[in-house]
Amino acid sequence: MTTTVPGRVPQRIHPHKFVMWVAMSGIIMMFAGLTSAYIVKKNQSSWLQFDLPVLFWYSTAVILLSSVTMFLSARAIKAGKTNSYKLMITITATLGALFLLLQYLGFRDLQAKNIALVGPRSNSAASFVFVITLLHMLHVLGGVIALLVFAVKANAKKAKDFSFIPIEVLGTYWHFVDLLWIYLFLFYNWIG
Amino acid sequence: MSNEAVLHTHSGAHDGHGDHSHEHHHETFITKYVFSQDHKMIAKQFLITGMVWAVLGGLMSVLFRLQLGYPDQSFPWLEDILGKWAKGGHITPEAYYALVTTHGTVLVFFVLTAGLSGTFANFLIPLQIGARDMASPFMNMLSYWFFFIAGLVMLCSVFVETGPFSGGWTAYPPLSALGDASPGSKTGMDLWLISMALFVVSSLLGGLNYIATVLNMRTKGMSMTRLPLTIWALFFTAVLGVLSFPVLFSGFILLIFDRNFGTSFYLSDIFVNGVGALPNEGGSAILYQHLFWFLGHPEVYIILLPAMGMVSEIMSVNSRKPIFGYMAMIGSLFAIAILAFLVWAHHMFVTGLNPFLGSVFVLLTLLIAVPSAIKVFNWLTTLWRGNIRFTPGMLFAIGFVSLFISGGLTGIWLGNSALNIHLHDTYFVIAHFHIVMGVASMFGMFAGIYHWFPKMYGRFMNNTLAYIHFWVTIAGAYMIFWPMHYEGLAGMPRRYYDYSIWESFKQFQGLNQFISLVAMIVFAAQFLFLFNFFYSVFKGRKVTTQNPWESNTLEWTTPIHPGHGNWVGEIPEVHRWAYDYGKDGVDFIPQTTPVGADESHH
Repeated sequence: MTTTVPGRVPQRIHPHKFVMWVAMSGIIMMFAGLTSAYIVKKNQSSWLQFDLPVLFWYSTAVILLSSVTMFLSARAIKAGKTNSYKLMITITATLGALFLLLQYLGFRDLQAKNIALVGPRSNSAASFVFVITLLHMLHVLGGVIALLVFAVKANAKKAKDFSFIPIEVLGTYWHFVDLLWIYLFLFYNWIG
Repeated sequence: MSNEAVLHTHSGAHDGHGDHSHEHHHETFITKYVFSQDHKMIAKQFLITGMVWAVLGGLMSVLFRLQLGYPDQSFPWLEDILGKWAKGGHITPEAYYALVTTHGTVLVFFVLTAGLSGTFANFLIPLQIGARDMASPFMNMLSYWFFFIAGLVMLCSVFVETGPFSGGWTAYPPLSALGDASPGSKTGMDLWLISMALFVVSSLLGGLNYIATVLNMRTKGMSMTRLPLTIWALFFTAVLGVLSFPVLFSGFILLIFDRNFGTSFYLSDIFVNGVGALPNEGGSAILYQHLFWFLGHPEVYIILLPAMGMVSEIMSVNSRKPIFGYMAMIGSLFAIAILAFLVWAHHMFVTGLNPFLGSVFVLLTLLIAVPSAIKVFNWLTTLWRGNIRFTPGMLFAIGFVSLFISGGLTGIWLGNSALNIHLHDTYFVIAHFHIVMGVASMFGMFAGIYHWFPKMYGRFMNNTLAYIHFWVTIAGAYMIFWPMHYEGLAGMPRRYYDYSIWESFKQFQGLNQFISLVAMIVFAAQFLFLFNFFYSVFKGRKVTTQNPWESNTLEWTTPIHPGHGNWVGEIPEVHRWAYDYGKDGVDFIPQTTPVGADESHH
């Protein structure tokens, strides 16, 4: 039983931040569903073993780096360094876009090795990697679009409303999709 | 005040007067009634859209009941309204399956999920926890409009040339994955998937908001253990939705890839008549069932928990007694919410599931009987020696408990994997889930509407019509579904188009006719409710006091017609739980009354 001390408002988490946390738990459930399906499927017949494209290692490095720049941009805005914030948020968006490009090239790579991702020749091993990664890419794309909006807003001449909460919410999301990719990467390589 | 303090600390754009009665912008018709961000208006939008779908879904059941009750008779007027789907006045098999499928989808998702928790979570959460609105009113508005578009797409699917999806509301592959499998699997299925995807988005947006609002926006003094049980139930409902709908979504995504991009997640070794052998190999249709029922079972509780919460509240108010076992009520809601995630495979006992795994799911399934029984006993003991006021809301609440007991008991039968071999896919299952989940939740919804109508529209509904509505509906519900138990025990399978050609089942012809007849009467009786509702919105007896039911909860401290922002001036502070009825000889003590010095502890 929680009791409130009269006259003192307990420090609460900002509702928008909280919404983001709950949303992330929903996203986790979706990927948990997909990766469990992957495990179930893997233990059945005709499962194709193949190596992930090397490019996925690079994309992993890129998205990790983008988390660092996201962190720096949040720190810059807290410290009131708007110029540094503008730079960092733009770099983060660029790295996010680069990540998406690398994932796309990775899939091209797989196809070049004659591993069909979809279509009648496809094996569900490759289809799983494709669909799960594609979904993750869509989540990253959402983040990139949000980052671009923030970058454009920050560079606009008029707007000088550098409120901190939206950046923090976006930062949380960005680190989350980063961690999600790390999980997927580990999963494809060693767990699944 | 703290809510606004939290919400607006960081936005400089807000000036001081926002604290009081909220800003009254100039409201146009569009911002007030269409793209409203007021939780109360959004609740009404959900309610009325849900009612439209309930009528359509109910009408579908009447149409297929015509076929089941009178398989030999022809109804020329059917051809007039259904065209080629009722050639010669007989509903065609394709139309029959489409009707069954759409009836299920619409009732489960549009009426009893969006219509029920969409309405009451939106309406009651801010009002009962003491918040001016949801954590994100904009997302809340989006939630409704996603639902609306989902409904629109589903409605379109009814009118396409090949008909709506007809493979059952569970949309199992391969029927759902192969356009060539049946007419309904073509465009109708595409639209079904789009509609459901939009619906999942709507549910998630709503659910996120409900959770964040309950946890973060409570007024001063409103600790979690002072919340009315409605809020607890709606909170657990939202948690179930947020954690299970994404899993359904992932199942849908794989299905979309199988349908449209030639993958083999669910498909293997299939030969379609007229098409030939398919190249798909290695897929597993059971995989879809796992993903589907991982949502599908929590979905049952998403439908049921809001009804449970509202019934608890309405019962306590109208018994003039505190709810019996408040903490046990929360605990059992919590237990149900946890168990909801651990029982999905009881829908799959006969799919070739490992019997050992099956026995684990039997155990977990039967465990649900424990929290369910706790709740039933607590409702009964709340009624016990109460000063009962038989308002229409109260009658429907009691009806809910009756139906929950009747339908719950058969759940114990079906939860046994051994009995399930005999009973699965029979009318016994139909009877079970319609009573315990369908009609019971419908009763919870009616109870909620009759009880909170004065708060929604500032008027009362007509009691006489409501009583007729109640008695016809409860008697009818039992007369429809009780006989189905016998049919199911005799092995009569569900989903069949015509039983008269089966030696073993033609004995039930008379019974089927009886069921169909009652179904039509009950459907007709719902128009009493609809008339009562819409008439009362405009012409009902006006509410003259703030608190017509003499209830303790916060929504009755708002003005009779609350504006956007709910309270004029400060949000009241809460000093006690919601159930101080008949305490120390006082009939009721609202939550806003400070605890007196000589008051006894509860």
